[in-house]
Amino acid sequence: MAEHTIKAFDDEIDRLRGLIAEMGGRAEAAIENAMLALQRQDLALAAEVVEGDKRIDAIEAEVEKLVIEVIALRAPMANDLRDVIAALKIVSVIERIGDYAKNIAKRVPLIATNKRLLEPMSLLPSMGQVAAEMVHDVLNAYAARDPDLAQAVVDRDAVVDDFYNSVFRTLVTFMVENPKTISECAQLLFVAKHIERIGDHATNVAEMVYYAATGQTMPERERGGTDAQAEI
Amino acid sequence: MTPMTQDQSNLTIANPKMSARDVKVFYGEKQAIKGVSIDVDMDHVTAFIGPSGCGKSTFLRTLNRMNDTVASARVEGEITLDGEDIYASSMDVVQLRARVGMVFQKPNPFPKSIYENIAYGPRIHGLAASKADMDVVVEKSLRRAGLWEEVKDRLHDSGTALSGGQQQRLCIGRAIAVEPEVILMDEPCSALDPIATAKIEELIHELRGRYAIVIVTHNMQQAARVSQRTAFFHLGELVEYGVTSDIFTNPRQERTKDYITGRYG
Repeated sequence: MAEHTIKAFDDEIDRLRGLIAEMGGRAEAAIENAMLALQRQDLALAAEVVEGDKRIDAIEAEVEKLVIEVIALRAPMANDLRDVIAALKIVSVIERIGDYAKNIAKRVPLIATNKRLLEPMSLLPSMGQVAAEMVHDVLNAYAARDPDLAQAVVDRDAVVDDFYNSVFRTLVTFMVENPKTISECAQLLFVAKHIERIGDHATNVAEMVYYAATGQTMPERERGGTDAQAEI
Repeated sequence: MTPMTQDQSNLTIANPKMSARDVKVFYGEKQAIKGVSIDVDMDHVTAFIGPSGCGKSTFLRTLNRMNDTVASARVEGEITLDGEDIYASSMDVVQLRARVGMVFQKPNPFPKSIYENIAYGPRIHGLAASKADMDVVVEKSLRRAGLWEEVKDRLHDSGTALSGGQQQRLCIGRAIAVEPEVILMDEPCSALDPIATAKIEELIHELRGRYAIVIVTHNMQQAARVSQRTAFFHLGELVEYGVTSDIFTNPRQERTKDYITGRYG
Protein backbone atom coordinates (compact mmCIF):
# COMPACT_ATOMS: atom_id res chain seq x y z
CA MET A 1 0.00 0.00 0.00
CA ALA A 2 1.20 3.50 -0.81
CA GLU A 3 2.65 5.55 2.03
CA HIS A 4 0.90 8.45 3.69
CA THR A 5 2.12 11.92 2.81
CA ILE A 6 2.60 12.37 6.56
CA LYS A 7 5.20 9.70 7.39
CA ALA A 8 4.54 9.79 11.15
CA PHE A 9 1.09 8.39 10.41
CA ASP A 10 2.65 5.33 8.75
CA ASP A 11 4.94 4.89 11.76
CA GLU A 12 1.94 4.88 14.09
CA ILE A 13 0.03 2.37 11.96
CA ASP A 14 3.14 0.16 11.83
CA ARG A 15 3.52 0.36 15.59
CA LEU A 16 -0.13 -0.56 16.06
CA ARG A 17 0.21 -3.57 13.79
CA GLY A 18 3.45 -4.60 15.50
CA LEU A 19 1.82 -4.49 18.93
CA ILE A 20 -1.09 -6.63 17.75
CA ALA A 21 1.29 -9.14 16.17
CA GLU A 22 3.19 -9.38 19.46
CA MET A 23 0.01 -9.68 21.49
CA GLY A 24 -1.36 -12.42 19.23
CA GLY A 25 1.94 -14.30 19.31
CA ARG A 26 1.90 -14.21 23.09
CA ALA A 27 -1.72 -15.41 23.25
CA GLU A 28 -0.97 -18.27 20.87
CA ALA A 29 2.07 -19.29 22.94
CA ALA A 30 0.00 -19.04 26.12
CA ILE A 31 -2.55 -21.53 24.74
CA GLU A 32 0.18 -23.97 23.66
CA ASN A 33 2.08 -23.71 26.93
CA ALA A 34 -1.07 -24.05 29.04
CA MET A 35 -1.96 -27.26 27.19
CA LEU A 36 1.61 -28.52 27.48
CA ALA A 37 1.61 -27.75 31.21
CA LEU A 38 -1.64 -29.68 31.54
CA GLN A 39 -0.31 -32.73 29.69
CA ARG A 40 3.00 -32.79 31.53
CA GLN A 41 1.70 -31.62 34.87
CA ASP A 42 4.33 -28.91 34.64
CA LEU A 43 3.35 -26.48 37.39
CA ALA A 44 6.24 -24.12 36.68
CA LEU A 45 5.20 -23.73 33.05
CA ALA A 46 1.59 -23.19 34.16
CA ALA A 47 2.75 -20.43 36.53
CA GLU A 48 4.69 -18.89 33.66
CA VAL A 49 1.53 -18.73 31.55
CA VAL A 50 -0.37 -17.03 34.38
CA GLU A 51 2.43 -14.51 34.83
CA GLY A 52 2.76 -13.89 31.07
CA ASP A 53 -0.86 -12.77 30.84
CA LYS A 54 0.13 -9.47 32.44
CA ARG A 55 2.11 -8.49 29.35
CA ILE A 56 -0.87 -9.32 27.14
CA ASP A 57 -3.06 -7.03 29.27
CA ALA A 58 -0.43 -4.30 29.12
CA ILE A 59 -0.32 -4.45 25.31
CA GLU A 60 -4.09 -4.11 25.19
CA ALA A 61 -3.86 -0.90 27.22
CA GLU A 62 -1.04 0.38 24.99
CA VAL A 63 -3.02 -0.28 21.81
CA GLU A 64 -6.12 1.42 23.20
CA LYS A 65 -4.08 4.50 24.03
CA LEU A 66 -2.44 4.56 20.61
CA VAL A 67 -5.75 4.09 18.75
CA ILE A 68 -7.32 7.00 20.64
CA GLU A 69 -4.33 9.16 19.77
CA VAL A 70 -4.44 8.19 16.10
CA ILE A 71 -8.17 8.92 15.86
CA ALA A 72 -7.78 12.25 17.65
CA LEU A 73 -4.66 13.45 15.85
CA ARG A 74 -4.82 11.84 12.39
CA ALA A 75 -8.55 11.57 11.73
CA PRO A 76 -8.06 8.32 9.80
CA MET A 77 -10.38 7.61 6.88
CA ALA A 78 -11.53 4.64 4.81
CA ASN A 79 -9.23 1.59 5.14
CA ASP A 80 -7.11 3.41 7.73
CA LEU A 81 -10.20 4.02 9.85
CA ARG A 82 -11.31 0.41 9.48
CA ASP A 83 -7.79 -0.71 10.41
CA VAL A 84 -7.59 1.23 13.65
CA ILE A 85 -11.15 0.42 14.72
CA ALA A 86 -10.45 -3.26 14.02
CA ALA A 87 -7.23 -2.96 16.05
CA LEU A 88 -9.18 -1.59 19.01
CA LYS A 89 -11.72 -4.40 18.86
CA ILE A 90 -9.21 -7.14 18.14
CA VAL A 91 -7.06 -6.39 21.19
CA SER A 92 -10.00 -6.70 23.55
CA VAL A 93 -10.76 -10.12 22.06
CA ILE A 94 -7.13 -11.28 22.20
CA GLU A 95 -7.06 -10.16 25.82
CA ARG A 96 -9.98 -12.54 26.46
CA ILE A 97 -8.15 -15.33 24.62
CA GLY A 98 -5.17 -14.70 26.91
CA ASP A 99 -7.48 -14.94 29.92
CA TYR A 100 -8.78 -18.33 28.79
CA ALA A 101 -5.22 -19.61 28.38
CA LYS A 102 -4.46 -18.28 31.87
CA ASN A 103 -7.57 -20.01 33.26
CA ILE A 104 -6.48 -23.31 31.72
CA ALA A 105 -3.04 -22.86 33.32
CA LYS A 106 -4.65 -22.11 36.70
CA ARG A 107 -6.51 -25.42 36.58
CA VAL A 108 -3.35 -27.47 36.03
CA PRO A 109 -2.56 -27.83 39.80
CA LEU A 110 -6.16 -28.94 40.38
CA ILE A 111 -5.85 -31.85 37.99
CA ALA A 112 -3.44 -34.19 39.78
CA THR A 113 -1.26 -36.53 37.77
CA ASN A 114 -3.38 -39.56 37.38
CA LYS A 115 -3.03 -42.32 34.85
CA ARG A 116 -6.77 -42.89 35.07
CA LEU A 117 -7.32 -39.57 33.30
CA LEU A 118 -5.38 -40.54 30.18
CA GLU A 119 -8.50 -41.59 28.31
CA PRO A 120 -10.70 -38.51 28.85
CA MET A 121 -7.69 -36.22 28.29
CA SER A 122 -6.72 -37.81 24.99
CA LEU A 123 -8.61 -35.37 22.76
CA LEU A 124 -7.70 -32.14 24.55
CA PRO A 125 -4.18 -31.60 23.11
CA SER A 126 -5.45 -31.83 19.52
CA MET A 127 -8.36 -29.56 20.34
CA GLY A 128 -6.00 -27.01 21.88
CA GLN A 129 -3.76 -27.29 18.83
CA VAL A 130 -6.57 -26.40 16.44
CA ALA A 131 -7.60 -23.39 18.58
CA ALA A 132 -4.00 -22.16 18.78
CA GLU A 133 -3.68 -22.51 14.99
CA MET A 134 -6.86 -20.48 14.53
CA VAL A 135 -5.33 -17.70 16.63
CA HIS A 136 -2.09 -17.98 14.65
CA ASP A 137 -3.84 -17.89 11.27
CA VAL A 138 -6.19 -15.05 12.13
CA LEU A 139 -3.20 -12.90 13.06
CA ASN A 140 -1.54 -13.78 9.76
CA ALA A 141 -4.80 -12.79 8.06
CA TYR A 142 -4.69 -9.47 9.94
CA ALA A 143 -1.05 -8.85 9.03
CA ALA A 144 -1.65 -9.67 5.34
CA ARG A 145 -5.16 -8.07 5.25
CA ASP A 146 -6.26 -11.39 3.78
CA PRO A 147 -10.05 -11.90 3.82
CA ASP A 148 -9.84 -15.46 2.43
CA LEU A 149 -7.60 -16.60 5.25
CA ALA A 150 -9.96 -14.92 7.73
CA GLN A 151 -12.84 -16.85 6.17
CA ALA A 152 -10.86 -20.09 6.49
CA VAL A 153 -10.40 -19.43 10.22
CA VAL A 154 -14.13 -18.97 10.66
CA ASP A 155 -14.78 -22.24 8.85
CA ARG A 156 -12.33 -24.06 11.11
CA ASP A 157 -14.32 -23.15 14.24
CA ALA A 158 -16.66 -26.06 13.45
CA VAL A 159 -13.73 -28.43 14.08
CA VAL A 160 -13.24 -27.00 17.57
CA ASP A 161 -16.95 -27.25 18.26
CA ASP A 162 -16.97 -30.90 17.17
CA PHE A 163 -14.01 -31.59 19.41
CA TYR A 164 -15.83 -29.96 22.27
CA ASN A 165 -18.91 -32.12 21.80
CA SER A 166 -16.77 -35.28 21.67
CA VAL A 167 -14.81 -34.29 24.78
CA PHE A 168 -18.02 -33.43 26.58
CA ARG A 169 -19.59 -36.85 25.85
CA THR A 170 -16.39 -38.70 26.67
CA LEU A 171 -16.02 -36.91 30.00
CA VAL A 172 -19.65 -37.42 31.01
CA THR A 173 -19.44 -41.14 30.20
CA PHE A 174 -16.15 -41.38 32.02
CA MET A 175 -17.53 -39.63 35.11
CA VAL A 176 -20.49 -42.00 35.24
CA GLU A 177 -18.14 -44.95 35.17
CA ASN A 178 -15.46 -43.45 37.44
CA PRO A 179 -17.21 -41.31 40.04
CA LYS A 180 -13.96 -40.83 41.98
CA THR A 181 -12.59 -38.71 39.10
CA ILE A 182 -15.53 -36.33 38.96
CA SER A 183 -13.67 -33.43 40.56
CA GLU A 184 -10.81 -33.62 38.05
CA CYS A 185 -13.07 -34.37 35.09
CA ALA A 186 -15.13 -31.29 35.93
CA GLN A 187 -11.90 -29.27 35.69
CA LEU A 188 -11.21 -30.90 32.32
CA LEU A 189 -14.68 -29.93 31.16
CA PHE A 190 -13.85 -26.33 31.97
CA VAL A 191 -10.60 -26.65 30.05
CA ALA A 192 -12.51 -27.94 27.03
CA LYS A 193 -15.00 -25.09 27.36
CA HIS A 194 -12.18 -22.53 27.53
CA ILE A 195 -10.67 -23.91 24.33
CA GLU A 196 -14.06 -23.85 22.67
CA ARG A 197 -14.44 -20.19 23.65
CA ILE A 198 -10.97 -19.43 22.27
CA GLY A 199 -12.17 -20.79 18.93
CA ASP A 200 -15.21 -18.52 19.07
CA HIS A 201 -13.06 -15.51 19.86
CA ALA A 202 -10.64 -16.30 17.03
CA THR A 203 -13.73 -16.38 14.81
CA ASN A 204 -14.74 -12.93 16.04
CA VAL A 205 -11.28 -11.59 15.24
CA ALA A 206 -11.55 -13.15 11.78
CA GLU A 207 -14.80 -11.26 11.19
CA MET A 208 -13.11 -7.99 12.16
CA VAL A 209 -10.15 -8.74 9.90
CA TYR A 210 -12.54 -9.45 7.05
CA TYR A 211 -14.33 -6.14 7.60
CA ALA A 212 -11.10 -4.17 7.89
CA ALA A 213 -9.76 -5.73 4.69
CA THR A 214 -12.88 -5.47 2.53
CA GLY A 215 -15.21 -2.87 4.07
CA GLN A 216 -17.93 -5.53 3.98
CA THR A 217 -19.26 -7.63 6.85
CA MET A 218 -18.54 -11.33 6.50
CA PRO A 219 -21.45 -13.30 5.07
CA GLU A 220 -23.37 -14.94 7.93
CA ARG A 221 -22.48 -18.61 8.20
CA GLU A 222 -24.82 -21.53 8.78
CA ARG A 223 -25.08 -22.45 12.44
CA GLY A 224 -25.01 -26.12 13.38
CA GLY A 225 -28.16 -27.89 14.55
CA THR A 226 -28.81 -29.30 17.98
CA ASP A 227 -25.59 -30.22 19.69
CA ALA A 228 -24.45 -30.38 23.25
CA GLN A 229 -22.63 -27.05 22.93
CA ALA A 230 -25.83 -25.11 22.53
CA GLU A 231 -27.09 -25.98 26.00
CA ILE A 232 -23.86 -25.95 27.96
CA MET B 1 -31.88 12.56 -19.63
CA THR B 2 -29.62 9.52 -19.46
CA PRO B 3 -28.65 8.23 -16.02
CA MET B 4 -25.26 9.00 -14.49
CA THR B 5 -22.70 6.44 -15.59
CA GLN B 6 -22.13 3.57 -13.22
CA ASP B 7 -18.38 3.90 -12.86
CA GLN B 8 -18.63 7.47 -11.62
CA SER B 9 -21.59 7.10 -9.35
CA ASN B 10 -22.71 4.70 -6.64
CA LEU B 11 -25.99 6.62 -6.44
CA THR B 12 -29.34 6.84 -8.07
CA ILE B 13 -30.88 10.25 -7.49
CA ALA B 14 -34.63 10.14 -7.96
CA ASN B 15 -35.51 13.83 -8.19
CA PRO B 16 -32.46 15.74 -9.35
CA LYS B 17 -32.65 19.51 -8.97
CA MET B 18 -29.65 19.95 -11.24
CA SER B 19 -28.15 17.46 -13.67
CA ALA B 20 -24.94 17.59 -15.65
CA ARG B 21 -24.22 15.23 -18.52
CA ASP B 22 -20.81 14.79 -20.13
CA VAL B 23 -19.78 18.32 -19.22
CA LYS B 24 -16.43 19.42 -20.62
CA VAL B 25 -14.79 22.76 -19.86
CA PHE B 26 -11.90 24.22 -21.84
CA TYR B 27 -9.75 27.23 -21.00
CA GLY B 28 -8.41 27.99 -24.46
CA GLU B 29 -6.65 24.76 -25.55
CA LYS B 30 -6.48 23.32 -22.06
CA GLN B 31 -9.26 20.97 -21.01
CA ALA B 32 -10.11 21.48 -17.33
CA ILE B 33 -13.17 19.21 -17.08
CA LYS B 34 -13.24 15.91 -18.97
CA GLY B 35 -16.81 14.74 -19.28
CA VAL B 36 -18.53 14.98 -15.89
CA SER B 37 -22.05 13.64 -15.29
CA ILE B 38 -23.69 14.21 -11.94
CA ASP B 39 -27.10 14.81 -10.34
CA VAL B 40 -27.76 16.85 -7.20
CA ASP B 41 -31.03 17.00 -5.29
CA MET B 42 -32.75 19.20 -2.69
CA ASP B 43 -32.63 16.77 0.20
CA HIS B 44 -28.91 16.32 0.48
CA VAL B 45 -25.87 18.53 0.80
CA THR B 46 -23.39 17.60 -1.91
CA ALA B 47 -19.67 18.12 -1.34
CA PHE B 48 -17.09 18.31 -4.10
CA ILE B 49 -13.62 17.30 -2.91
CA GLY B 50 -10.29 16.82 -4.63
CA PRO B 51 -6.76 18.17 -4.75
CA SER B 52 -5.96 21.67 -6.05
CA GLY B 53 -6.44 21.92 -9.78
CA CYS B 54 -8.76 18.89 -9.96
CA GLY B 55 -11.53 21.00 -11.50
CA LYS B 56 -14.02 20.97 -8.64
CA SER B 57 -14.36 24.77 -8.49
CA THR B 58 -14.40 25.05 -12.28
CA PHE B 59 -17.20 22.51 -12.41
CA LEU B 60 -19.12 24.25 -9.61
CA ARG B 61 -18.96 27.47 -11.60
CA THR B 62 -20.56 25.83 -14.63
CA LEU B 63 -23.69 25.27 -12.53
CA ASN B 64 -24.62 28.96 -12.57
CA ARG B 65 -22.58 29.95 -15.63
CA MET B 66 -19.93 31.86 -13.71
CA ASN B 67 -17.47 30.66 -16.35
CA ASP B 68 -19.26 32.95 -18.84
CA THR B 69 -17.24 35.77 -17.29
CA VAL B 70 -13.97 34.08 -18.31
CA ALA B 71 -13.33 34.98 -21.95
CA SER B 72 -11.27 31.89 -22.82
CA ALA B 73 -13.65 29.42 -21.13
CA ARG B 74 -15.84 27.14 -23.23
CA VAL B 75 -18.41 24.70 -21.83
CA GLU B 76 -19.68 21.59 -23.65
CA GLY B 77 -22.28 19.05 -22.59
CA GLU B 78 -25.60 19.62 -20.92
CA ILE B 79 -26.56 21.13 -17.56
CA THR B 80 -30.16 21.38 -16.50
CA LEU B 81 -32.04 23.03 -13.64
CA ASP B 82 -35.43 21.35 -13.14
CA GLY B 83 -34.93 19.79 -16.57
CA GLU B 84 -34.31 23.14 -18.26
CA ASP B 85 -31.02 23.62 -20.14
CA ILE B 86 -29.23 26.48 -18.39
CA TYR B 87 -26.95 27.07 -21.38
CA ALA B 88 -29.91 27.51 -23.77
CA SER B 89 -29.99 30.87 -25.54
CA SER B 90 -33.39 31.53 -23.98
CA MET B 91 -31.95 31.32 -20.46
CA ASP B 92 -31.72 34.69 -18.66
CA VAL B 93 -28.36 34.51 -16.91
CA VAL B 94 -29.25 37.13 -14.29
CA GLN B 95 -32.37 35.16 -13.43
CA LEU B 96 -30.35 31.93 -13.41
CA ARG B 97 -27.89 33.33 -10.89
CA ALA B 98 -30.75 34.36 -8.62
CA ARG B 99 -32.08 30.80 -8.76
CA VAL B 100 -28.60 29.32 -8.38
CA GLY B 101 -26.85 31.52 -5.81
CA MET B 102 -23.19 31.46 -4.95
CA VAL B 103 -21.09 32.05 -1.86
CA PHE B 104 -17.36 32.59 -2.34
CA GLN B 105 -14.18 31.72 -0.54
CA LYS B 106 -13.52 35.22 0.74
CA PRO B 107 -16.55 36.98 2.21
CA ASN B 108 -17.37 39.81 -0.19
CA PRO B 109 -20.10 42.01 1.27
CA PHE B 110 -20.90 45.18 -0.63
CA PRO B 111 -19.39 48.28 1.00
CA LYS B 112 -22.85 49.23 2.18
CA SER B 113 -24.95 48.70 5.28
CA ILE B 114 -25.91 45.25 6.51
CA TYR B 115 -29.51 46.04 5.55
CA GLU B 116 -28.55 47.12 2.04
CA ASN B 117 -26.41 44.04 1.50
CA ILE B 118 -29.51 41.89 1.93
CA ALA B 119 -31.97 44.28 0.27
CA TYR B 120 -29.97 44.79 -2.91
CA GLY B 121 -30.90 41.51 -4.61
CA PRO B 122 -34.60 41.49 -3.74
CA ARG B 123 -34.84 45.10 -4.93
CA ILE B 124 -33.34 44.49 -8.38
CA HIS B 125 -35.40 41.33 -8.75
CA GLY B 126 -38.55 43.16 -7.61
CA LEU B 127 -39.21 40.80 -4.71
CA ALA B 128 -40.40 43.48 -2.26
CA ALA B 129 -43.16 45.99 -3.03
CA SER B 130 -42.68 48.31 -0.07
CA LYS B 131 -40.26 49.26 2.69
CA ALA B 132 -42.31 47.10 5.08
CA ASP B 133 -42.03 44.14 2.69
CA MET B 134 -38.31 44.68 2.42
CA ASP B 135 -37.94 44.79 6.21
CA VAL B 136 -39.60 41.39 6.33
CA VAL B 137 -37.31 39.98 3.63
CA VAL B 138 -34.21 41.35 5.38
CA GLU B 139 -35.18 39.95 8.76
CA LYS B 140 -36.17 36.57 7.33
CA SER B 141 -32.95 36.29 5.34
CA LEU B 142 -30.75 37.30 8.27
CA ARG B 143 -32.58 34.86 10.54
CA ARG B 144 -32.08 32.02 8.08
CA ALA B 145 -28.42 32.99 7.82
CA GLY B 146 -28.18 32.76 11.61
CA LEU B 147 -27.07 36.39 11.87
CA TRP B 148 -30.22 38.28 12.95
CA GLU B 149 -29.64 38.17 16.71
CA GLU B 150 -26.11 39.50 16.27
CA VAL B 151 -26.94 42.42 13.96
CA LYS B 152 -30.60 43.39 14.55
CA ASP B 153 -29.58 46.49 16.51
CA ARG B 154 -27.06 47.73 13.97
CA LEU B 155 -28.60 46.99 10.58
CA HIS B 156 -27.33 50.28 9.23
CA ASP B 157 -23.69 49.67 10.14
CA SER B 158 -21.41 48.76 7.27
CA GLY B 159 -21.36 45.09 6.29
CA THR B 160 -17.59 45.25 6.02
CA ALA B 161 -17.34 46.13 9.73
CA LEU B 162 -18.52 42.65 10.70
CA SER B 163 -16.12 39.83 11.60
CA GLY B 164 -15.08 37.43 8.84
CA GLY B 165 -17.52 34.74 9.94
CA GLN B 166 -20.36 37.25 10.23
CA GLN B 167 -19.50 38.64 6.79
CA GLN B 168 -19.71 35.14 5.34
CA ARG B 169 -23.11 34.56 6.96
CA LEU B 170 -24.14 37.97 5.59
CA CYS B 171 -23.16 36.75 2.11
CA ILE B 172 -25.20 33.58 2.66
CA GLY B 173 -28.12 35.79 3.80
CA ARG B 174 -27.66 37.88 0.65
CA ALA B 175 -27.84 34.72 -1.49
CA ILE B 176 -30.93 33.51 0.40
CA ALA B 177 -32.72 36.87 0.08
CA VAL B 178 -33.49 36.35 -3.62
CA GLU B 179 -35.13 32.99 -2.83
CA PRO B 180 -32.75 30.75 -4.71
CA GLU B 181 -33.34 27.06 -5.34
CA VAL B 182 -29.69 26.08 -5.34
CA ILE B 183 -26.81 27.52 -3.29
CA LEU B 184 -23.27 26.90 -4.49
CA MET B 185 -20.51 27.41 -1.95
CA ASP B 186 -16.91 27.64 -3.07
CA GLU B 187 -14.63 27.04 -0.07
CA PRO B 188 -16.93 29.12 2.15
CA CYS B 189 -14.92 28.56 5.34
CA SER B 190 -11.33 28.62 4.17
CA ALA B 191 -10.83 32.19 5.42
CA LEU B 192 -12.59 31.57 8.76
CA ASP B 193 -11.50 30.39 12.19
CA PRO B 194 -12.86 27.11 13.62
CA ILE B 195 -15.70 28.73 15.59
CA ALA B 196 -16.91 30.78 12.62
CA THR B 197 -16.50 27.63 10.49
CA ALA B 198 -18.67 25.61 12.88
CA LYS B 199 -21.38 28.29 12.68
CA ILE B 200 -21.38 28.12 8.88
CA GLU B 201 -21.49 24.32 9.00
CA GLU B 202 -24.43 24.42 11.40
CA LEU B 203 -26.11 26.91 9.07
CA ILE B 204 -25.58 24.58 6.10
CA HIS B 205 -27.22 21.83 8.13
CA GLU B 206 -30.23 24.07 8.86
CA LEU B 207 -30.58 25.16 5.23
CA ARG B 208 -30.55 21.60 3.93
CA GLY B 209 -33.83 20.55 2.37
CA ARG B 210 -34.90 24.16 1.71
CA TYR B 211 -32.24 24.59 -0.96
CA ALA B 212 -30.07 22.22 -2.96
CA ILE B 213 -26.61 22.92 -1.55
CA VAL B 214 -23.35 22.13 -3.27
CA ILE B 215 -20.13 22.91 -1.41
CA VAL B 216 -16.58 22.79 -2.68
CA THR B 217 -14.09 22.22 0.10
CA HIS B 218 -10.43 21.44 0.56
CA ASN B 219 -11.19 20.26 4.05
CA MET B 220 -12.19 16.61 3.91
CA GLN B 221 -13.38 16.64 7.50
CA GLN B 222 -15.70 19.46 6.54
CA ALA B 223 -17.08 17.45 3.63
CA ALA B 224 -17.59 14.55 6.04
CA ARG B 225 -19.32 16.79 8.56
CA VAL B 226 -21.69 18.78 6.36
CA SER B 227 -22.55 16.62 3.37
CA GLN B 228 -24.57 13.51 2.71
CA ARG B 229 -23.21 13.08 -0.82
CA THR B 230 -19.58 13.41 -1.80
CA ALA B 231 -18.06 13.67 -5.25
CA PHE B 232 -14.32 13.18 -5.65
CA PHE B 233 -12.67 14.99 -8.56
CA HIS B 234 -9.19 14.32 -9.87
CA LEU B 235 -7.48 15.70 -12.98
CA GLY B 236 -10.74 17.07 -14.37
CA GLU B 237 -12.62 13.80 -13.94
CA LEU B 238 -15.35 12.82 -11.53
CA VAL B 239 -13.70 9.74 -10.05
CA GLU B 240 -16.39 8.71 -7.61
CA TYR B 241 -19.73 10.02 -6.37
CA GLY B 242 -21.49 8.37 -3.47
CA VAL B 243 -23.04 8.53 -0.03
CA THR B 244 -20.63 10.49 2.16
CA SER B 245 -20.39 7.81 4.85
CA ASP B 246 -19.51 5.22 2.19
CA ILE B 247 -16.92 7.45 0.56
CA PHE B 248 -15.17 8.01 3.89
CA THR B 249 -15.36 4.45 5.22
CA ASN B 250 -15.24 2.31 2.11
CA PRO B 251 -14.51 4.13 -1.15
CA ARG B 252 -14.71 1.99 -4.28
CA GLN B 253 -12.01 3.66 -6.31
CA GLU B 254 -8.33 3.37 -5.48
CA ARG B 255 -7.75 7.05 -6.29
CA THR B 256 -10.49 8.13 -3.88
CA LYS B 257 -9.03 5.94 -1.15
CA ASP B 258 -5.51 7.30 -1.65
CA TYR B 259 -6.78 10.88 -1.53
CA ILE B 260 -8.99 10.65 1.53
CA THR B 261 -6.48 8.59 3.53
CA GLY B 262 -3.73 11.12 2.82
CA ARG B 263 -1.74 8.97 0.40
CA TYR B 264 -2.25 11.14 -2.65
CA GLY B 265 0.71 12.28 -4.71
